[in-house]
Amino acid sequence: MTLRHMTLAAALLGATALGAQAQDLRIGLESDPDVLDPDQSRTFVGRIVYTALCDKLVDVTPDLKIVPQLATEWSFSDDNTSITMKLREGVTFHDGTPFDAEAVARNIDRSLTLEESRRKSELASVAGTEVLGDHEIRIDLKEPDATVLAQLADRAGMMVSPDAAEAAGADFGANPVCSGPFKFKERVAQDRIVLEKFDDYWNADEIALDSVTYLPITDTTVRLANLQSGDIDIANRVAATDLKQLEGSDSIDIEQAVSLGYQGITFNVGNGDKGDNPWGNDARLRRALSLAIGRDIINQVVFDGNFRPGNQPFPDTSPWYDADYPLPERDVEAARALLEEAGYGDGVALEVQVPNRPENLQLMQVIQSMASEAGIDVSLTSKEFATMLNDQTAGDFTASQVGWSGRIDPDGNIHQFVTTGAGLNDAGYSNEEVDRLLNEARTLADEGERKALYDQARAILQEEAPIVYLYHDTWITGLDKSVEGFVPYPDGMIRLEGVTLNAD
Amino acid sequence: MLSFILRRILIAIPTILLISVFVFSLQKLLPGDPVLAMAGEERDPEVIAFLREKYRLNDPIPVQYAHWVGNAVRGDLGMSLRTNQPVLELIGEKLPVTIQLATMAMIFAMGIGIPAGILSAVRKGTVTDYVANVVALSGLSIPNFWLGIMLILLVSVKWQLLPASGYVPFADDPWRSVQVMLMPAFVLGTALAATLMRHTRSAMLTVLTSDYVRTARAKGLSERRVILKHAFRNALTPIVTLSALLFGELIAGAVLTEQIFTIPGFGKLVVDAVFNRDYAVVQGIVLVTAVGFIVMNLLADVAYVLLNPRLRSQT
Repeated sequence: MTLRHMTLAAALLGATALGAQAQDLRIGLESDPDVLDPDQSRTFVGRIVYTALCDKLVDVTPDLKIVPQLATEWSFSDDNTSITMKLREGVTFHDGTPFDAEAVARNIDRSLTLEESRRKSELASVAGTEVLGDHEIRIDLKEPDATVLAQLADRAGMMVSPDAAEAAGADFGANPVCSGPFKFKERVAQDRIVLEKFDDYWNADEIALDSVTYLPITDTTVRLANLQSGDIDIANRVAATDLKQLEGSDSIDIEQAVSLGYQGITFNVGNGDKGDNPWGNDARLRRALSLAIGRDIINQVVFDGNFRPGNQPFPDTSPWYDADYPLPERDVEAARALLEEAGYGDGVALEVQVPNRPENLQLMQVIQSMASEAGIDVSLTSKEFATMLNDQTAGDFTASQVGWSGRIDPDGNIHQFVTTGAGLNDAGYSNEEVDRLLNEARTLADEGERKALYDQARAILQEEAPIVYLYHDTWITGLDKSVEGFVPYPDGMIRLEGVTLNAD
Repeated sequence: MLSFILRRILIAIPTILLISVFVFSLQKLLPGDPVLAMAGEERDPEVIAFLREKYRLNDPIPVQYAHWVGNAVRGDLGMSLRTNQPVLELIGEKLPVTIQLATMAMIFAMGIGIPAGILSAVRKGTVTDYVANVVALSGLSIPNFWLGIMLILLVSVKWQLLPASGYVPFADDPWRSVQVMLMPAFVLGTALAATLMRHTRSAMLTVLTSDYVRTARAKGLSERRVILKHAFRNALTPIVTLSALLFGELIAGAVLTEQIFTIPGFGKLVVDAVFNRDYAVVQGIVLVTAVGFIVMNLLADVAYVLLNPRLRSQT
């Protein structure tokens, strides 16, 4: 090693200090976003770029309240089958096209009709739009749907310049034109996405940065090293286990927010022939496993205590969390008793498929050892993620360690996973009462009434346990000390309003 | 000479075809559905059906292959499933990056490996020889990714001498471009330097005991002249072969190195493409790499002939 260092030092001799930091905010992302068209894209990191590039009709606050962005006010009709929105005046797209009700109508139409659109399912309940004035529009729904508003706070609500979109068609992503605080400058695949300040932004006073560059840096260690060496100003998704080494750092700040998603174990209870096994047939086994797991222990051992242990689709920081059912204590005796009752007093085997990432493997190894104390012999089959997902959809699994990135509206975190025949119901779970409760919940605009229904569904799902919830990720963002004004959000987005870069 | 080159090119064509069939089939054997990966978390059935149709994934595999070859012959390698960019454009964008990395790595490898090999052959059995061997052995056995991360932590984080990762195009800022590339090139170069050193050493040892070297010495030539002019030139043939073969290793090493240092080159492109099941990109890259490998070997063959006059009559 010493010799290597000497050679290197010699090679570097004469290398001058690196250039001073520009007035450009550099953000390290965990992967390269896909196509930059809000209607076509599907990656989480893509949404981070849109936060600076494309304004939405509505936005959310850190505590998940829907607030105005391009729409200044809105109201549901009495039967919840339409939303009337007043739109912000004096807004222009990056190409100078004025933003008005007509533009909104064309945007929603594009989301619904573009062949390549990935937004169709999110806006499935939208029947059409009616322009009521220059800056007033009504969105008509096929059926009462309270979840639409939250969809409009994400990609489905992002407004692109209708003319530019029409001209470019499916190639819009090569040169996206929106109305956000920053406009698109250039993109080099797998290297960088550069946005520069849009001078005519309606809220320009809040924007202090001249430009922002997104750099995909896949490896967590390298991303953090870039932050430590000053090559980037913000590192997205710092590893929970790296926080200890950053304690007391005088150059790096850490901000955290509990995410909207969850990680858990999904059982095959009725997805094809493989669902016909003790674990798929007997909820007592699944509950026994849940009881055998110490969720706090997992958090301590695998994530250095930085994530959020969980037992529901929503974290306890969410307004939708059912506080009457707090995190259960680990109870090996109760787990054993349940197994005994189910006729497996001598122990039972369980095969769990798990993505071949270190974090997931560690998680399952901890669970493996905790489960063995209760007499459950867990074996792990590690698979590359795409493969695992394939097998899961096809029903070729007994249990799967899988998660969900989370949505703002509670419906998006539960409905599609447990209602009969739903798109992501890989468990093959079906229960009429759960279907009824969750189908009704999505039609209600009143949060109190909705929550009551989710709580009822939760009670059933708790007994039947097609999904055993384990924990909720925390978005951990690393910031150079020169970055000020950053606010962490549970949706994991990096919002640049009020963010400044102080020369140091 | 010309007919020799032509013959070699003719042999290369079936080789490339064979490789492309092989990779195409291997990819289809890979579990995991590209459309599922592309459809996003929601996996909307309507989107999935549309994508299958659009990318002709419903066709039988031989039909898909024939379609691909047909287009490839006309210079169209298809579109990336992930970013909608033409594959050829992506490759054109990434290739210069990896070529720069490979060239700089090769400079490190040759600059370290060959002199070290000569030195250790000439001073066989001395401390110099042992030290060089130990260093070479560690060069071979230290994994790239470990060395890479250690260097980043030390050089970038601790000493703040070089940028931790990334890439600056040479045309934009040559000095900065070389700076950014120094560490990755070094990491990639060291492993190759070790191989080069060992081979240079053994080739030199063989040559140094041959008759004409003894004759040269007997003529009273200076030791420097004997080693560099007489011995080294003849030892070069196997080294050139090796350097050409190392090109493959260089590309393979670039895959890992680019991943660590986040260099948007060929290697990173192929790894990301494999994980995203971006078939068109993987296929395109393999084709281009295979062609590159064959060209390098062809060049090596030509170089032998230029280096060794005895081979000329045989061509």
